[in-house]
Order: sequence, then structure tokens, then C-alpha cells
Amino acid sequence: MGAQIRVYRQKISSTTSMRKIFKAMELIATSRIGKARARVAASLPYANAITRAVSAVASQNEIDHPLVTEPEQIRRAAVLVITSDRGLAGSYSASVLKQAEGLNELLRAEGKEVKTYLVGRKAQAYFEFRGRDYARVWTGGTDAPEFATAREIGAALLEEFANDFVDGGVDEIHVVYTRFKSMVTQEPTVIRLLPLEVEEQAVTESELLPLYEFEPEAEQVLDALLPRYIESRIFAAMLQAAASELAARQRAMKSAGDNATELIKKYTRLRNTARQAEITQELSEIVAGADALNA
Amino acid sequence: MAELEVEIVAADHFVWSGAAKMVKARTSDGEIGILPGHSPLLAILAAGELAIEPVSGERLAVVVDGGFFSVDDNRVVIVADNAQLGEAATAGIR
Repeated sequence: MGAQIRVYRQKISSTTSMRKIFKAMELIATSRIGKARARVAASLPYANAITRAVSAVASQNEIDHPLVTEPEQIRRAAVLVITSDRGLAGSYSASVLKQAEGLNELLRAEGKEVKTYLVGRKAQAYFEFRGRDYARVWTGGTDAPEFATAREIGAALLEEFANDFVDGGVDEIHVVYTRFKSMVTQEPTVIRLLPLEVEEQAVTESELLPLYEFEPEAEQVLDALLPRYIESRIFAAMLQAAASELAARQRAMKSAGDNATELIKKYTRLRNTARQAEITQELSEIVAGADALNA
Repeated sequence: MAELEVEIVAADHFVWSGAAKMVKARTSDGEIGILPGHSPLLAILAAGELAIEPVSGERLAVVVDGGFFSVDDNRVVIVADNAQLGEAATAGIR
């Protein structure tokens, strides 16, 4: 058998097995994405209730709470970057990291120090490969985030926020994640988590917030509410990121599978051509040999 | 008689909603009972049990481990970190 044919055969069989992997990953992503979207939807009532409560407290009291007051000078900012644990999701992690780099540059240009917090092994690998510092990393389960993880991240960030600048504390907190807009569009997004910008414009006149009584005191209520609000924002971001990751993976695996099919077709044609060329050559050698004997 | 419109949500899922005659909750200051027509309130929940008396059916007990709840215009929204529907029989609140 000709060397050329053997090479093509090898290429065909390896591409076929790769295609099987792509197909399997595509199917897995497709089956998980529905669940991820359902979880995004399931977390909405909590997020809405908590947002409403925070704006209720904020709108009727001149709140003077460290979490909501803008510091005079912002010297250090924390950035939480949410990426995936695994690759094979197209440009998903890369575009989040690109967005984070942009934010990083912007903050530095404003004369702030940046402290980075990472979620996902991809972000960790990116930072470690470049020998860059990061404060903390959380890995595992990025495609199905747990509320406990969000709580842990929230607690860690709040602790940093409560610390003074001289003790390594931060004055503001940003989150970079991928917003799930639809199955085909996911958008890397930056939100500022702290200090809070309480959204009051969402309240229309028809649903003016009532004058609440507080139990025990407005301040204590806020003390208890704000960490929950932060946790729920982080959790929401993680859920959106998970849905985006799966959607990106499904798309990437679909096109990888299609490309593999194309390649297999191409190599099959080349193999057939090579085989035919070999047969033709053998035939002409035989004919030429017979002719030589007859002559 | 007016009714309370109760909604219980946990961090990652919806727990229960329905009409109720009364809601009994434990705040950090002590127990509080909410009847229809209660003035707007925003309170912190202590870990423990909530009792809900639905308009029809058995009294419900919900175990929560912290959170808060708001009352306005006969609408009670209970936001718990973790909430679990318990059996009315084991509630032990009368």
C-alpha cells in the first residue's frame, strides 16, 4: 500500500474520532443549557425582592452606610473576573479576559491600584502564565454555580471592602462577567458592585414605595440587607456566566463538528485520488512490461 | 375579610406563594404576627420557623435560616437564604 494512502487513512480516522468528541460535547452543552437558563430564571424572584427592599431603605432614608457612601478618593479597586473552568468554548473566556484587561487599564489610568479576584481555571491559567498577581481564585463548578460559592466570594470581597486602604483594603469593587442575552448573543459586561448605586429610577410614580417601618432599626436592616444584595448580584452574574459558557460551548462545538465533517470529506477525496493513481500506475507498468516482452 | 398575598423565595428557587390569613415570623427582636392591613414593614428574619395560615387548608411551617421579609399593601414577601417547607404537625406553634 502506498505511503500516501496510509497517511490519508490515519488523518481520516483521527478526524472521525475528534468529530465524535465534538458531537458529544455539543449534545452535553445543549442538554445543560436549558437547566442553566432555568436557574437564571429561578434566581430572579429573590434578586427582585432584594433589590426592591434595598431601594426601599435607600429611598426614604438619608443612608449613611459605608457600603453606599462614595469614598472621597478611590485608591484601590477590586476586580472580580468570572470565566470558565474548561476550554472548548470558543472565545468565551478570552473575551471576558479581554474586557477585564480593558477595565484594568482604565482603572490604572485613573491612578488606582487593581486587585484581581478570579473565578474559573481559565482565568487562573491566564494570570499564572503571564506571571501576574491575583488576590484569590475560586475554581470548580463554573458551569453549575452554587449559592455557597457566591456567598464565599461576597464575604471575601466585603471583607476587603471593610478594610482600610493601608491594610490592603479596596475602595470599590467591579465584576466582569458574560451576560446571557440570548442563545446567540452573550456579552462581556462590567458592573460596579460597590459602592452601591441604588437604582431608584426604576420606581415609577404608580408604584411609589410605601413608607416602611423597620424592625429592628433602619441601619441594622441595611446591615443585614446589603451583604445579601451583593451575594445575590454575584450569584446572578455567575448564573448568567454559566448559561453563556454553555451557549458558547455549544456553538463552538457545532462549528468544530462541521469543520471536522468538511475535513473528512476532503481527505476521503484525496485518498480516493491517491488510490486511483496507484492503480493506474500499476496497470501502466504491467502493460509496459508486457509490451517490452512482445517487442 | 382582606387576605394576605404571601410569597416565599429562597436564593436559588421559588418556595411557595398563596393567599393567607396570617403570617407569624420570628425577627431578631422577637416574634411578630402579620394580619391583613398591617402597616408597611421591612424586618430581618431570625433563623427559625415561620408559620403561615393559608385561607384554605392546613397551617404551613417553613424553616428558614435567616433572611428578611417585607410587608406592604397586604403583600408579604419573605426572602430567605434557605427555606424549607416543613410539616404542619411538627411546627408546634399554636
